[in-house]
Amino acid sequence: MIKKILIANRGEIAARVIRSCEKMGISTVAVYSEADQKAPFVKMANESFLLGPPRVNESYLNVDKIISIAKKANVDAIHPGYGFLSESGQFVEKCDAAGITFIGPKSEVMENMGSKIAARKAMQKAGVPVVPGTEGAVESVDAALEISKEIGYPIMLKASAGGGGIGMQVVHSDEELAKAFDSNSKRAETFFGDGAMFMEKKLDDARHIEIQLLADQHGNAIHLFERDCSIQRRNQKVVEEAPSTFISEGTREKMGKAATDAAKSIGYTGAGTIEFLVDANENFYFLEMNTRIQVEHPITEEITGIDIVKEQINIANGEVLSVKQDDLSIDGHAIEVRVYAEDPVTFFPSPGHITTLQVPTDNHVRNELAVTSDYDVTPYYDPMIGKLIVKARTRHEAIAAMKDALSKYQIDGIKTNISMLKEIMNIDEFIEGKATTSFVNDYYLPIIKSKTN
Amino acid sequence: MEEVKASMAGSVWKITVAEGDKVTDGQDVAILESMKMEIPIPSESDGTVKEIKVAEGDFVNEGDTIAIIE
Repeated sequence: MIKKILIANRGEIAARVIRSCEKMGISTVAVYSEADQKAPFVKMANESFLLGPPRVNESYLNVDKIISIAKKANVDAIHPGYGFLSESGQFVEKCDAAGITFIGPKSEVMENMGSKIAARKAMQKAGVPVVPGTEGAVESVDAALEISKEIGYPIMLKASAGGGGIGMQVVHSDEELAKAFDSNSKRAETFFGDGAMFMEKKLDDARHIEIQLLADQHGNAIHLFERDCSIQRRNQKVVEEAPSTFISEGTREKMGKAATDAAKSIGYTGAGTIEFLVDANENFYFLEMNTRIQVEHPITEEITGIDIVKEQINIANGEVLSVKQDDLSIDGHAIEVRVYAEDPVTFFPSPGHITTLQVPTDNHVRNELAVTSDYDVTPYYDPMIGKLIVKARTRHEAIAAMKDALSKYQIDGIKTNISMLKEIMNIDEFIEGKATTSFVNDYYLPIIKSKTN
Repeated sequence: MEEVKASMAGSVWKITVAEGDKVTDGQDVAILESMKMEIPIPSESDGTVKEIKVAEGDFVNEGDTIAIIE
């Protein structure tokens, strides 16, 4: 029985996990770097331990230190959040060896899905359509150029072990491909310890729609419907909503079934997400699987009433899923925006000191925050400093609620993308539910450029 | 003489020139990594790299000198 959990993460997700643990009567242990000493999650946990210097290799990726603290604090389980060690099979193995429950899937399942190349093969085996592309790693620039003739530009060049947009680039010509191949491979080697690259056809005007899954250790798997995460900058999500306005009920059912069948076929356990690209004709293609909780999980919680962190913990405890597919239905519409510490035009990061932070607190609003007033945002980690989530009866009402909430959101001292988020809420293509993955380039940036010229 | 300075705090990801190299206005002398993003640091004049003040992996603050161009 899990009575005490160490959260091997930082920021808003650490705070989020702590909140569910509090509701479940579970004690929490936070670990933090020197850069995060004043972070809210450190104070929220029942116990907190310093990991080390700010750099991730010396703090949040320091497996041995984290396991040693977990043993010292006598925890039963570790929740990895997202990013950092959340998709490290080696970390799972070390937790297993230390007799600590890892809240997530088994290491071999995670490793298989962590390799985008292996994941494509596993999905093809499970009968899930995949984006046209290479079957294995591309060995060299010359090989990449040869393959590009078959796939045709534009091509998405991706690091097999990649995530968060790192090691990923759209290329439109031989020249761009040749230039991007080695630099992306080197980055992937440094960030993920694996420089293997593969190539996929870039589907234009596609929507990024993903299915949230829960699977227990007894062979049961359910899906919690879809999220539409098409609005992205630098291949990272900015606005997410649930449900999708684009897919029909028939496609929803087919995607949900494909995702649960895939989860069962690979022996998946825990919370996970299968990401799909959906073309204009509602054909869907497997993109990747995230074997962890995701940043955008709150919108699914809002429309289903399921606490995904609580379910993760119960699954890790060996419990049978408390809900069946037929018990679930979509209630209303939810939108999440990611608040980034960055320039809203160039998307360049903006670390610095937050002098004032005021967030909307209306009933229909949910804030997931990593920061406070009088707080230093450091350059060491991801620029996301918070999430703003609204839930309403209809999509139209949710957009209105988001506009209202954004008008009340105030951060001073650093640049943020709040003005970008406000602009997006007023763009017709978004309001009409027509946003695709090209939205920021096609609609947002031209408006901003016309305003600054 | 130009001091090429860091435009924001971050880690030096890569130094793209060597001492003695000729550089042109706008040519990157280093790439910083800040908040998981690569930030190019260009020279703002033509010249020769007289001195590189940082090493790959170093952490720099905004305004710190990366290189001196003569």
